Amino acid sequence: MRRDLVLRVASKFILPPIMLFALYVQFHGDYGPGGGFQAGVIAAAAIILYGLVNGLARAQKMVPQALLEVLMPSGVLIYAAVGVAGLMTGENYLGYDHLAHDAVHGQEWGVFLVEAGVFLTVFSSMIAIFYAFAGRRRS
Amino acid sequence: MNLITGLMADATNIATIFLMVAGLYVVIARGNMVKKLVGLSLFQSSVYLLYLLPGKILGGSAPILDPKLTVYANPLPHVLILTAIVVGIGTLALGLTLVVRIKEAYGTFEEDEIIARDGAKAGEQGDVA
Amino acid sequence: MIAVHGPVLVVILPLFGALVAALVRRPLLAWAVSLIAAIGSFVVAVALLVQVRAEGVVSYRIGGWAPEIGIEYRVDAVNGLILVLVTAIAVLTLVYARRSVLSEIIPERIAWFYAMLMLCLTGLLGMAVTGDAFNVFVFLEISSLSTYVLIALGRDRRALVAAYQYLIVGTIGATFYVIGVGLLYLATGTLNLGLIVERLPEIASPRALIAAEAFIVVGIALKLALFPLHAWLPNAYAYAPSSATVFLASTATKVAVYLLARYIFGVFGVHLGIGSVAIASVLIVLSLAAMFIASAAAVFQNDIKRLLAFSSVAQVGYITLGLALANQSGITGAFLHIVNHALMKGAAFMAVGAIIYRSGTCKLDELSGIGRTMPVTAAALTIAGLGLIGVPGTSGFISKYYLVLGAFEAGFWWVALLIVASSVIAVLYVGRMMEVIWFREPNQRCRGLGEAPAEMLAPMVVLAGMTIWFGLDAELPASLAGAAAHVLLGARP
Repeated sequence: MRRDLVLRVASKFILPPIMLFALYVQFHGDYGPGGGFQAGVIAAAAIILYGLVNGLARAQKMVPQALLEVLMPSGVLIYAAVGVAGLMTGENYLGYDHLAHDAVHGQEWGVFLVEAGVFLTVFSSMIAIFYAFAGRRRS
Repeated sequence: MNLITGLMADATNIATIFLMVAGLYVVIARGNMVKKLVGLSLFQSSVYLLYLLPGKILGGSAPILDPKLTVYANPLPHVLILTAIVVGIGTLALGLTLVVRIKEAYGTFEEDEIIARDGAKAGEQGDVA
Repeated sequence: MIAVHGPVLVVILPLFGALVAALVRRPLLAWAVSLIAAIGSFVVAVALLVQVRAEGVVSYRIGGWAPEIGIEYRVDAVNGLILVLVTAIAVLTLVYARRSVLSEIIPERIAWFYAMLMLCLTGLLGMAVTGDAFNVFVFLEISSLSTYVLIALGRDRRALVAAYQYLIVGTIGATFYVIGVGLLYLATGTLNLGLIVERLPEIASPRALIAAEAFIVVGIALKLALFPLHAWLPNAYAYAPSSATVFLASTATKVAVYLLARYIFGVFGVHLGIGSVAIASVLIVLSLAAMFIASAAAVFQNDIKRLLAFSSVAQVGYITLGLALANQSGITGAFLHIVNHALMKGAAFMAVGAIIYRSGTCKLDELSGIGRTMPVTAAALTIAGLGLIGVPGTSGFISKYYLVLGAFEAGFWWVALLIVASSVIAVLYVGRMMEVIWFREPNQRCRGLGEAPAEMLAPMVVLAGMTIWFGLDAELPASLAGAAAHVLLGARP
């Protein structure tokens, strides 16, 4: 793969803002448009861009396949576990009211944790899809 | 205003139905497995429009409570369609993965060639229906 | 815990099973986790059914939100029965699957196989338990996507093509369904099935309702392989791994049938239709066509798995016929047949899987005399086959008896006649299998084979035994199915 200097330097400038924007979208989801789905895709786009510019092998060194295979189920597990936490605190499944000292904070915590789980799963799934296709050689 | 909303409603309906029918047509008429998946995606995106467009209220704000605003767009269709989009991505990714594997196993992803190759190998299928 | 949170526990236990199975990645551990989760889900489902029989309806609000905004899980006599059936089949399939999967799937993929099987179970249970039209779509896609993967895990490269074709058809079906739900939502402003029914009288024009019905019924019909939308099914069942076939054949189409019943009785009513053609009469014609044409196709198959798959299309025809008759006996027959067919097809596909496990083939002409070397397996296949015909003493007879009764009650004596006539075709394809298996001299391939291992035989014998038990003493299933029919008939004012 030919290493293009302009692309590599430019991508170095773009990557940190992309990651930052992903975090902004993730945490601003409580107050405006955003949340785990969108943030996960944006963060994954950063890794995919890195892989496109520097080659698949380097991207896989940064985010290994094995890590993705742990993150994918873990994200859903966090989601489902927050639901069970609701059950444990005497609420219905995915009820957040009793997760903190009052209902408003409970809701905030619940949504925050659920969105974190969504972020992990979306992030790792997107990269896994990219790896799966980019890793194939034309026969 | 009435004229604009009327036209908009018609245009959106027409766009929705056009996507729906065009997508379905591509799925049925093409033998190329990748093109079929493209058609399938078109077909699915018509559903996104079907749900989203009526949810948009002209002049309505994003559905976040604020004392200054009184008219909000309906947030529920957006949540539903976010789910549907994710499902669509999953389907497309899985479909393309299958096509890649099929290409590796058969050397082609034209449906008629694949059927011909399997038929030559095991010519005793005997399908009636 | 179960008494209050049962409706959600039954769904999330398999979900946790799937996630943990995907995390541990060790074949044996993944299997054990899945089995424990499935057993847990089964226990909850039985507890729910007992509760429903005592109290009527169990309603559960996800996150504590009221139905207008939130999602309601709702268990009554209809889906309570389906939940118990699906979880029971899942437990038996998992017991059976360990050996079968070891021989059919490469070790690195085994944990993923169990994760997908449990996800599929999650989706099917979710479809059954939820009272929210869009939530049904989400669970439908969860079960469908995992089903495509399960099929693609088959050994033959044709499994890939079968999975692809099912993916296309399944997605079109699911999208049709969601279009229909969208139209209902636009007309009524709610996604809760109970609230939709309450608001139906307010809809000014029946046109939106008819369009919604058309989309939803066609969408579900694709998933349940209603003739002539069944083309995906034979290949999918034939090339999937044996244990996946067992599970799918016994559960997936049944949940789709449940959904169809829920919509045509619970929401639209059997008399809605285009012009003077009501949905019920369309269903009767298609069901009869399935019973005859798919059975006839089964007669000409050489691959036993394909033969049984075509027979599944035909048997689904009996079930939808019972629904279309729309009277107490007919629907009771339909739900009895949902249960009985799941038991029979489960036993039959398990037997075929065991034959593949020992002999490596399921081609009928290579299996002559296999009954002499694998007597228990062949006996299970025989009992299941007799059930498919509807021989007295097997459960298949009971459900067909109710169907015939329903046909007479509805005044369609000719339908009753056709039910009996179509059973004759079943005699042909089952007879062909029996002739090869029992009455031919064992060939080279079959001579040295031993009986299948005990852990594969046990679930098979349980299912075959229940086929006979429910044939001799049908009181329990008949009362459960009767209660389901009663609820469905009383669903609309």
